[in-house]
Amino acid sequence: SRAGFTGPENLSRVNLVLVKHYSQTLYTLYIRSVYHNLSKEAEIKRINKELANIRSKFKGDKALDGYSKKKYVCKLLFIFLLGHDIDFGHMEAVNLLSSNKYTEKQIGYLFISVLVNSNSELIRLINNAIKNDLSSRNPTFMCLALHCIANVGSREMAEAFAGEIPRILVAGDTMDSVKQSAALCLLRLYKASPDLVLMGEWTSRVVHLLNDQHMGVVTAAISLITCLSSKNPDEFKTCVSLAVSRLSRIVSSASTDLQDYTYYFVPAPWLSCKLLRLLQCYPPPEDGAVKGRLVECLETILNKAQEPPKSKKVQHSNAKNAILFEAISLIIHYDSEPNLLVRACNQLGQFLQHRETNLRYLALESMCTLASSEFSHEAVKTHIETVINALKTERDVSVRQRAADLLYAMCDRSNAKQIVAEMLSYLETADYSIREEMVLKVAILAEKYAVDYSWYVDTILNLIRIAGDYVSEEVWYRVIQIVINRDDVQGYAAKTVFEALQAPACHENMVKVGGYILGEFGNLIAGDPRSSPLVQFNLLHSKFHLCSVPTRALLLSAYIKFINLFPETKATIQEVLRSDSQIRNSDVELQQRAVEYLKLSSIASTDVLATVLEEMPPFPERESSILAKLKKKKGPGAVSVELEDGKERGELNGGADRGGEAAIAASNSTPSPSSDLLGLRSAAPVGGPAPSAGSLLVDVFSEAGSAPPSAASEDPAPPLFVCKNNGVLFENQLLQIGIKSEYRQNLGRMYLFYGNKTSVQFVSFTTTVSCPGELQSHILKCIPSLTHTKPVEPLVEGGAQVQQVINIECLTDFVDAPLLNIKFRYGGALQNITLKLPVTINKFFQPTEMAAADFFQRWKQLSQPQQEAQKIFKASHGMDTEVLKAKLLGLGTALLENVDPNPENYVCAGVIQTKIQQVGCLLRLEPNAQAQVAPPPPPTHTHTHTHLCAHALDSHTASVCPSLCGSHCITHCTHLHVITRYCIYVKDPHRVGSSKSH
Amino acid sequence: MIGGLFIYNHKGEVLISRVYRDDIGRNAVDAFRVNVIHARQQVRSPVTNIARTSFFHVKRSNIWLAAVTKQNVNAAMVFEFLYKMCDVMTAYFGKISEENIKNNFVLIYELLDEILDFGYPQNSETGALKTFITQTGIKSQSKEEQSQITSQVTGQIGWRREGIKYRRNELFLDVLESVNLLMSPQGQVLSAHVSGRVVMKSYLSGMPECKFGMNDKIVIDKQGKGGATDEAGKSGGGGGKQSIAIDDCTFHQCVRLSKFDAERSISFIPPDGECELMRYRTTKDIILPFRVIPLVREVGRTKLEVKVVIKSNFKPSLLAQKIEVRIPTPLNTSGVQVICMKGKAKYKASENAIVWKIKRMAGMKESQISAEIELLPTNDKKKWARPPISMNFEVPFAPSGLKVRYLKVFEPKLNYSDHDVIKWVRYIGRSGIYETRC
Repeated sequence: SRAGFTGPENLSRVNLVLVKHYSQTLYTLYIRSVYHNLSKEAEIKRINKELANIRSKFKGDKALDGYSKKKYVCKLLFIFLLGHDIDFGHMEAVNLLSSNKYTEKQIGYLFISVLVNSNSELIRLINNAIKNDLSSRNPTFMCLALHCIANVGSREMAEAFAGEIPRILVAGDTMDSVKQSAALCLLRLYKASPDLVLMGEWTSRVVHLLNDQHMGVVTAAISLITCLSSKNPDEFKTCVSLAVSRLSRIVSSASTDLQDYTYYFVPAPWLSCKLLRLLQCYPPPEDGAVKGRLVECLETILNKAQEPPKSKKVQHSNAKNAILFEAISLIIHYDSEPNLLVRACNQLGQFLQHRETNLRYLALESMCTLASSEFSHEAVKTHIETVINALKTERDVSVRQRAADLLYAMCDRSNAKQIVAEMLSYLETADYSIREEMVLKVAILAEKYAVDYSWYVDTILNLIRIAGDYVSEEVWYRVIQIVINRDDVQGYAAKTVFEALQAPACHENMVKVGGYILGEFGNLIAGDPRSSPLVQFNLLHSKFHLCSVPTRALLLSAYIKFINLFPETKATIQEVLRSDSQIRNSDVELQQRAVEYLKLSSIASTDVLATVLEEMPPFPERESSILAKLKKKKGPGAVSVELEDGKERGELNGGADRGGEAAIAASNSTPSPSSDLLGLRSAAPVGGPAPSAGSLLVDVFSEAGSAPPSAASEDPAPPLFVCKNNGVLFENQLLQIGIKSEYRQNLGRMYLFYGNKTSVQFVSFTTTVSCPGELQSHILKCIPSLTHTKPVEPLVEGGAQVQQVINIECLTDFVDAPLLNIKFRYGGALQNITLKLPVTINKFFQPTEMAAADFFQRWKQLSQPQQEAQKIFKASHGMDTEVLKAKLLGLGTALLENVDPNPENYVCAGVIQTKIQQVGCLLRLEPNAQAQVAPPPPPTHTHTHTHLCAHALDSHTASVCPSLCGSHCITHCTHLHVITRYCIYVKDPHRVGSSKSH
Repeated sequence: MIGGLFIYNHKGEVLISRVYRDDIGRNAVDAFRVNVIHARQQVRSPVTNIARTSFFHVKRSNIWLAAVTKQNVNAAMVFEFLYKMCDVMTAYFGKISEENIKNNFVLIYELLDEILDFGYPQNSETGALKTFITQTGIKSQSKEEQSQITSQVTGQIGWRREGIKYRRNELFLDVLESVNLLMSPQGQVLSAHVSGRVVMKSYLSGMPECKFGMNDKIVIDKQGKGGATDEAGKSGGGGGKQSIAIDDCTFHQCVRLSKFDAERSISFIPPDGECELMRYRTTKDIILPFRVIPLVREVGRTKLEVKVVIKSNFKPSLLAQKIEVRIPTPLNTSGVQVICMKGKAKYKASENAIVWKIKRMAGMKESQISAEIELLPTNDKKKWARPPISMNFEVPFAPSGLKVRYLKVFEPKLNYSDHDVIKWVRYIGRSGIYETRC
C-alpha cells in the first residue's frame, strides 16, 4: 500500500524468505567457489564438473546416506537457482521427503516446490509423501507439507488436498502454527482453482476462527475469509458481527495488552486493517447493537488519530495511519454516517498539510471519494484553499494529479468559477502528462456550472489559448454548439474570438473556432469600425497560411459565409479564392471548395446565396460529449472517476435518479438515441448547407441526415428487417453490428458481425440471447429456440470484426423477438447494449403457388371472424407497383399473379412453418388509389401477422395504427395453436369493416 | 565515425575509456557491460545495438575491446580498426592481457590519441608509430628527426622511413593457414575452406622494391600454357598441385593495387620489421590433413560406446604436432572409461567432453580410441543432440597448396642485389574449426 504497510499476505513471500535463508546455508555449505568464480565461462565449467560429480554419486552402486543425499540435492537446487537446467535428482529429492530429519525433509520439499512441475510422473509419490506428513501430527512436518502444497499450488495439488486442508484448519487439536499455514494454503488453492475448494460444511467453523485465541491464526484466517466472502458474501454473512467484536476488542485494548502483536505501540495493526477490509465487503450491519459497536470502534480510531504519537518512529505513524485510512475507506463505503464522514473529512484535511508526501496523496485520494458523498461534500469544500495550494506547490506530480481530481470532484455551482480559474491558471504550468485530462475537466466544469454563458465562452477560449494542443475536437465542437444554440452569447462570442485572434500567435483550434463563429456571427460585431467586415476577413486570412488542411477548408467555408454576410467583401474574397494557391491547390478538398465557392458566389443571386448560406440552425440539446471523452481517457485505475461511475451505475440500477448525473450514467448502459455517446451525433443541420462548416463538422453532422438503423423504436424488430435478411442492425460510436440471415422451413441461421470501430480493444466481450419476459414461462414453445449459440471471443481487437452464428428453430408462432444483449468493456467503462433480433414469424414463410379458383375456394372457407385480420392504413408515399411487389415477396409469401379479378389488388399465399404446426396464410392487398385516405388493406391470416405485414408495408407506404400490435395479438395466438393448417382471412375491408375490432 | 572506445576486463570493469565525440555519454560504458558482457546467452553478436547506439566488439583472450558510435558507420571499417588496434598493442607490449593493459595505460591513451582523431582512423602502421611513440622515456627529438617524421608520416610511403641500414639483408616469409572442415559421419565433406595469411618480416636496407610470386592459378595459366614449371613436384603436402585458385585476397597497404589489377603481380616497398603482406581464402582442392571416423553406439538408456579412428593424410616424412581430439559426451554422463592406442585421453567433466591428446604423428598413419560412457537416467525425454567431434592440430605445409615461387628484391640506390638477401620461407597449417559429425 502507499503507506508502505502490508501484512505478510501470501505464502510466496514466506517462501522467498525461505529461499533467501537457504541460499545462505548453501553458500556456507559448499559451492562457495561457484559464487566467487571469476567469469561466466569459468562458472559454467565449474558447474559442469560439479554436476558430473553429483551424477556419479547418484549413479554409484552404494546407497547414499541421508546427509549426502541432502547435500547433493541442495547443491542441485542452488545450481538451478543460478540459472542452469537441472534434469535429474528429482527421485532423490522425493526420497528425502520420507526422511525423519527436519533438515532433510526441508530440502526435499524445497526442491520439489521449486523444481517439480505438475505433470511430472513423480507427482503421485510426492502427493503420497505429503499425505503422510499431513497426517503425522508433527506440526513442523505438517507445516512443511502445507507450504509445499501452497508453493506448487497446481490443480493436481488442489484436487488431492482441497478436501483435507479445511479439516486440518478447523480441527480442535491442530496447533496454531499449522492452522495459520493451513488457512493460507487454502487461500492459495482457492485463488488457483476456486471450483475445487468447496467450503460447504466448513463455512461456519472457518468463520469462527475469527474468535480464535491466537492472533496469528485470526490474521491468517481473515485473509482466507475476505477472499471467500468476496465471492459468496451470503454464506459468510455471520463473519460481520464476529469481525466487529474482534475489532472492538483490539481497538479498545491498551497498547500493552496484545504483547507480541503490538507493533510500535499500535495493537495488531495488520489484523485491524484486514478486519476493516473484510467489513468493506458487506453493507452496514443491520443489527443495531453491532452497528453501534462498529461506529464506536470507528470513532475510537478517529479519536486515536488525534492523540499525540507515542513514538517518533516512522513505523508507529505508518501503522496508525494504515488503520486510519482503512477505517476511512470503510466509512466511505458505508456512506451512511454523516457524523463519521465529516470527521473523516476533517481528519484528512489535517493530512493535507502533513509533510509526508504519501499521506498527502492518500488524503487527497480519499477525499475525492468523500466529495461524492452528499453528507461530506460540504465538509470537503472547506479545504478548497489547501487543495488549490497543493495543486500549485506540490512537488510530486502524482499528488498534483490527485489534487486536480479532487478539485474536479468538489466542484459545484458555488465554487465553479474559482475552481475553473485556478485550474486554468495551473494549466499553464501543468505537466504534459495530465494536460489533456485537465483540459477536459475544465471544459466539463465550465459547461456544467455555467450560469453565465459569456463566462463559459471566455473560459473555453482561454483554455484553447493556454493549452491549445490538448484541446480535443469535442471541446471546440461543444463551444460552437453552445454558441449557436444561445442567441444571447453570439455577439459576445464573436467579439471575444475576434479579440483572441488578434494575438500574434494563436493556436489552430482558436483559428477553427474563430473561423466558424465569425463566419456565422461576424455581422454582430461588424458595426464597430475596428472590426469591420474587411478587418475580420483580413484577420482570419492572415492565419490561413499557418494552418493545416482541415482548418483551411473550414476557413474557406467561413469566407463564403462572409460573402453572404457582407456583400462588400465579395470582390476581395473572390480574389482570394481565385488565386492560384486556392484554385490550384494540390489538396483536392481545398481545390474543390475554392472552385465551388467561387462559382457559387459569382453565379448565384443574393437570395439563393442567402438561402444556401443561411445561419446554422440550433443543435438539439444533448448531453455533453466531453464527459464520455474524459471517461474514455481515464480508463481503469483512475480511482475518483471510476468510483463515481460505479455510484452512478448503482443508482441507475436501484432506480434512483439524481437528475443530471444519472443522465450521464445512461451513456454507459443503453444505446437509446437520447444517450448517444457522442453528443453531436444526431445534431441535424436540417437544410443547412453542407459547405457551411468545416469538413470535420460536415463529417460528423452528415450521419444525422440518414438516421442509422440503430434508432430502434419499440417495434418487435426493426421494420427494415421484416422484408430483408441482411443489413446493419446497430451502429454507434464504438460498435457496428451487421447481420446476415437465411431461413429454410422452420429453421434459420443468423450471422452476426460485431465490428469494433475504435482502435482500442474491447475486453470481456460477451453476448447473450434471451427471450422477452412475458413469454419466459413457456419459452421453449412460443419462440424460436436458440439451439446453438456459439460464444464469441472475449476480446475484440481495435478495428477487428468477429462473427457469431445463431441457429434458430421456430417451434410455434410467436410475437416478440428474442433479445440480444451485448456487454463489453471499452476503456474502463462497461458498455451494455440490448437489441431485438430481427426474427419475425414471416421469416418462416414458405411461398405457395395456387390457381385462382383454388385460392378463392380457400379464401371463402376461412371466413370465421377469428380466422382473419385486416387493417386499413394510409399510404404516406405514393404506391409504386414494383416497390409493393418487392415488399410482398420480401415478406416471404408467393405473389400470385392473375388471380384476383381486380388487377389493382395483390394476392399472396404462403405457409408458415413451425416445428409443431404449419399455418397456411392467404393475403390480399387492395390499394385504393382514389380515396387516398384508405388505401391498401393488407388482409392477413394469423393475427400475429397483421402487424408484421403492416410494418413491412409501413416502412414504405403508411403509418400504422400501433394499437394493432401488443396484447391483443398475443391473446389470439393462443387460439391459433389449437388449429393447425388453417388460415384466417380478411376479405374485402368494405364488407367486413367491423373486424378492425380484432 | 567511432564515437568512443572502451576496453573492459572479463568482469566488465572498464580499463580504458576514451570518448571522441559528444554524442557518447558515460552511460554507454554501462550499457555495454550490462547488455553484452553480462548477457546470459553464450553467443554474442559482434555488433550490438542498444538505445540507438551501436557497439562493435572484439575479444582478445579475456579482454573486451568495444568501439561505440551513434552514427551509421561502415562496420567493416570499425572492425578493421579494432584488429589494427590489437596489432598495434601487441607490437608495443606483447600479449593483450589485463595486466599488460594496466601497466601500459598511459601508452594506450597516447596511441589512441594518435590513431583515432575525432573518431576517424589515422595512420596505424606500427613501424611509423614507433618512431614517435616510444616506451623508453621522454626523448626530445632533434629538428631533423622531427622534420623527417613529418615528411614520412605525411608523405607517399608513410609506412617506411628512409635511411634504414642493415649489415645483413635478411627476410622471412611465413605462410600461415587455418583449415576449416565440417564432415558428415559417412566421410562426406559438407563444407571446407582455408583462410591463410602471408606474414613477412624484413630487415632490408634502403627503400627496396620487392616482387612476390606464388602459384596463383591465373598467373601460372598466363605464363606458358601447360609448360612444366620448376616447382612441379616440390609441393610439401599430399598433392603435386601446380597452381591454386584463390577465392579472394586482401593486401597490406604497401602493395601497389594498380599493378596487381593490371598484371596480377604483387610489388611493394615493405615496411621495416613485421607486416602481414596478404590474406587469402581458398575453397577448392583442399588437402585435409586428418580424417576422423566416428562410431557411436547407444547401448540401452544408461550406456554409450564410442570408437573414433583418426587417419593422417599427408606425406609420411612430415610430422603433425599438437593433435587434440575432443569427443563430446552427453549431459547426463556419470562415468567414463577410455582406452587409446596412442597419446593420452581423459574425460573432462567441466567441458562435457573426452579430450584425447597426441604429441606427434607422422603422415599416412592411423590411431584409435574407444570409450564406454555410463549415463544417468533423466526426467526429460530429450534425445542427446550428438554434437560433432572436433580436432586441433598443426602441420608443416599449406593445406591450400599455396607455394611461394619467388620474392625478388631490387634496391637500385644501394649496392646489394637480390642474391645477397637471405630469404627464409616457412609453411604452417593449423586447424580452424575442424569437425566431424557423429
